[in-house]
Amino acid sequence: MSDRQVDILIIGAGPAGLAAAIAARESGVGSVLILERENEPGGILRQCIHNGFGLHRFQEELTGPEYAARDIARVRDLGIPVECGTTVLTLSPDRVATCVSPANGFQTIRAKAVILAMGCRERPRGALCTPGTRCAGIYSAGTAQRFVNLEGWMPGRRVVILGSGDIGLIMARRMTLQGAKVLACVEIMPYSSGLNRNIVQCLEDYGIPLYLSHTVTNIRGRERLEGVTVSRVDERRNPVSGTEIEFDCDTLLLSCGLIPENELSLGAGVKLSGATSGAVVDDSLETSVPGIFACGNVLHVHDLVDHVSAESFRAGRAAADFVRSGKQEDSLIEVADGDGVRGTVPQLIRKNTDGDVSLMFRPSAVFRNSTAVVECGGQTVCSRKALVFTPGEMATVVLKKDVIRTLSGNRITVRIERN
Amino acid sequence: MTTDILIIGAGITGTALAREISRYDVSCVVIDRACDVAEGATKANSGIVHAGYDAVPGTLKAKYNVAGAAEYPGLCRELGVPYRRCGALVIGFDEADEASLRNLLERGIRNGVEGLRILDHDAVLKMEPNLNPEVRSALYIPTSAIVSPYEMAFALADDAALNGVAFRFNQPVRSVERTNGGYWKICTDTDQYECRAVVNCAGASGAEIHNMISDIPVEMIHRRGQYYLLDRAEHQPFAMTVFQCPSRMGKGVLVSPTVHGNLLLGPTAEDIDDPLDTATTAEGLADILQKAGRTWPGISTRTNITNFSGIRAHLTTDDFMVGPVSGCENAYEAIGIESPGLSSAPAIAGDLCRMIAGEMKWNRKADDRIRPVPVREKAFSSMTAEERAGMVRKDPLYGNIICRCETVTEAEIRQAVRRPVGARTIDGVKRRTRAGMGRCQGGFCLPRVAAIIAEETGCSLAEVTKDGGNSRILAEPLDAFLKGGGDRE
Repeated sequence: MSDRQVDILIIGAGPAGLAAAIAARESGVGSVLILERENEPGGILRQCIHNGFGLHRFQEELTGPEYAARDIARVRDLGIPVECGTTVLTLSPDRVATCVSPANGFQTIRAKAVILAMGCRERPRGALCTPGTRCAGIYSAGTAQRFVNLEGWMPGRRVVILGSGDIGLIMARRMTLQGAKVLACVEIMPYSSGLNRNIVQCLEDYGIPLYLSHTVTNIRGRERLEGVTVSRVDERRNPVSGTEIEFDCDTLLLSCGLIPENELSLGAGVKLSGATSGAVVDDSLETSVPGIFACGNVLHVHDLVDHVSAESFRAGRAAADFVRSGKQEDSLIEVADGDGVRGTVPQLIRKNTDGDVSLMFRPSAVFRNSTAVVECGGQTVCSRKALVFTPGEMATVVLKKDVIRTLSGNRITVRIERN
Repeated sequence: MTTDILIIGAGITGTALAREISRYDVSCVVIDRACDVAEGATKANSGIVHAGYDAVPGTLKAKYNVAGAAEYPGLCRELGVPYRRCGALVIGFDEADEASLRNLLERGIRNGVEGLRILDHDAVLKMEPNLNPEVRSALYIPTSAIVSPYEMAFALADDAALNGVAFRFNQPVRSVERTNGGYWKICTDTDQYECRAVVNCAGASGAEIHNMISDIPVEMIHRRGQYYLLDRAEHQPFAMTVFQCPSRMGKGVLVSPTVHGNLLLGPTAEDIDDPLDTATTAEGLADILQKAGRTWPGISTRTNITNFSGIRAHLTTDDFMVGPVSGCENAYEAIGIESPGLSSAPAIAGDLCRMIAGEMKWNRKADDRIRPVPVREKAFSSMTAEERAGMVRKDPLYGNIICRCETVTEAEIRQAVRRPVGARTIDGVKRRTRAGMGRCQGGFCLPRVAAIIAEETGCSLAEVTKDGGNSRILAEPLDAFLKGGGDRE
C-alpha cells in the first residue's frame, strides 16, 4: 500500500477544487494534489453546455465546459497534478485520506491541509415521499442532463418537471430544443427556487407553463412512467383535493433541491450546519477540524459558479496560509440567521480577520423593497437594500474589516426587513 | 421444452425448492412471470427471520417457521448472505396488550421458541431508549433475526443453476393442462413446457395457478404492505426489530434495522384487488408514520431513501398450503406463503422436495456431483483498508467506484451480471450489489450501470430496462430522436 505526502490535498476537480488549487499554488505552496472521481476534471460544468457562466468573473458569457477549460488550463500551466478516476474512500481528522483508482490502486495520502470540494447531489424522489408506482422514467434533472449532454441519449419524449431549480429549468429548454414535449414545470412553493433569467429564458420563451404552489401527488405506470397527477397545495404545502390535473408523460424530472455531499467530511469529524448541510466554517473557510477547509457546493449550494470560484480562491489561499504558518488562534464572532435569512456562510468570523467578509445567505422567501441588516447587540452594523431578495438567488452583505474589529459582542445576526 | 419438474415462481420458496431439487438426478426448470428472481413479495417484505412465537401452534405456519428459522444461520453462512440475529421486541401499552404479550409468550413456548421473556417498562427502555416511554411491557425475542430476503433468493438461485436448474424469465403462465401422456403442459405467453411434475410456488399468483391445476378452487386475498426505507447510519435509533401487538391483519407496523444498516418502517395492511399493484399511496404512507410514531415518538423521515410496497398472498384458510395438489397427480404447491414465509422457505422447500422425490422415486446425486457455490467475496464497502488494497491489486476494476453512496465497484457490478442467474436490469444490479440503493438513488451511477449492463450483455443502451418489460430507461440517441420527429409519435 503506497503512502504519499502532499502539502494540500483537494478532493474534487470541479470549479471549486480547480480554483482552490490555483490559489494555493499561486500562494506559493509546493505540492498540491487534486483527486477527481470522474475521468475528466470540470465537475458538473462538463454537462452544463448552456451559456451564462462567467458573467461576473470574466465579464463574458461562457458555457460550462468553456468556463471549466480556463481553470483546467491554468491548473495545467501551474503543473498541479489532477488524478482522475480516483475516489476518496475515507478522510481522517488528522488529514489522512485513502483513495482508489484503477490506475494507481489503493493509496494512502497524508496532507498538511485538505480542501473539501466534492460538490453536491440532487434530492431524489425518496426524499420527497411522492406516492405512486416505482416505474422507469423518473430522473433527477442532472441525471437527465448527463444522459442528453454527455451520453447523447434522450431519456424520454413527454416530460413533466417537478421543482423549479435551475437544472430543471435548463433541462426544460434542453429537452424542448431536442424535440421532446415539456408539458409543465411544477413547483410546490409559491415562488421558483431558480434564477429569474432561467424562468424567462427556459420556460416563458418556450411557452412551458409553470405551476406554482403545485406538486406531483401520484405517479402512474407499472413499467415505464405513463402519467402523473399534479395538485395544488395549501399554505402548509398539503395537497388540496379537487385540484388534480392529470398529465400523460413518460418522463418526470426532479429538480427539488441540492444537498452538499458531506459523507467524507462527517467521517473526518467536520461539524455540519443544519441550515446548509455543509460544514460550519470561519471566514477563512476552515471547518471545525483544523487544516480542513471547504468551498463550493459542498459547503453551501450556490446559484452562480462565479461565486463558487471566488469562494474557492479564498479557501486555497487560506489553506496555503495554514500550511505555512499553522493555525492562528483568534477570538470568534458567531453569525446567526435572523428573520428571513437561511444558511449564512461563514458561520464564524475571526475577530482579527485580514480582509472584508462577505456574508452569503439564502432569503427564506421573496422580499420586495427590503433591506438585509447585520446586527450586533441590537445595533445595526451594516445593511444592504435590494428591490428584491429571492430564495433562488444568493444574497450577500459585505462586512468591512474595520467594522469587524470594532464589534462589541461575539455574536451578529443577519436578517431581512421590509422597508 | 420438456423437463422432469417445473417450478412456477422464482421467489424465495421457488428458489429454495429448486436448490433442493438440484441435488437429485432430474431435470428442473424454474419459470417466472417477471424478469428476475425475487420480483414479487420476496423483494418487498420486512426481511425478518421470525423466531416463531406468533404462529398458532399446530398450523403449518408454526411448523415451518420454527424449522426454517433454525436453518437460516447455516444456510446464510454457506451461501454468503447477510444475516444478523438482532433480536426483537413486541411492545405493549396497556393491560390488554400485556395479555396478548402473555398469549404470544405461551404460543412461543409451545412452538419451541427459546429465550422468550416479558420485560417491564424500565427493562425495555434500557434496551431501546428511543422507544415511546409510554410502553408498559414487551415480549423479548432474542432469536429474532434479519436477513436480506432478495439476496437470499439470488444465492439460492445461483446454487440451483450451478447444479443444473434452468431459469426462464418473462414467462407469465396462461394455462396448465394434463396431457394424455401423463405430462403437465404449461403454456406461457411465448413458450410451452411439458413436465412430469409441476410445483406452484407462484406467490401472489398462487391461487390463480392453483385454480388452473385443480377443480377445487382456493381463494386468496392480496394484502398490500407499504414501507419507508431510511438511509444507513452508524447508529440507528433502534438496534432490534420492534413490533407492536399483532392484529387480525398481520403483525402490525414495525420499526427495524436492516442487515445493511438502513431502518425500515412499515408495513401497512390493505386488501387490494390487483395482485400486481405495488404502488404506494399518500394514505398508506401517512398511516405508517402515524403507527410507527407510536413506537418511535422521535420519528423522522428526513433521511428517507425510498418507499415501496409488497403483496402478501393471504389464503382465506389463514395457513400455508404445502404438498400435493389434492386430486391432481404429480402436481404440488406451496401457496399462501405470507409472513412468516421468508422464515419458513428453507423448511418448506426441504419438506416438499422430500415429498416429491419420494413419490417420483428420484435418485439423489452423489455428493461429489454437487457443486458448491463459490465463496462470495465480501462487499468492497465492508472491507478493511488492507482488504481493499489487496482486491484492487488483484483486479484494478475494484478501483473504479461506480456507486459513490454505497461504495460499489465496477468489478462487483460486472460480477453481478456474470453470476449464474445474473442481473439483466438496473434493479437487478441494485439488489445484487447495492449500486443505486443509497441516498442519491442512482442519480450518479445510473448512466454508468446501464453502460456496463449493455456492454456485458451485448445489447443497446435503449434495451436496458429498470426492471424488465417496457421499463426502458432511455428513449433514443439524440440524432435518431430528432429525425424521428421528437415526441410526435
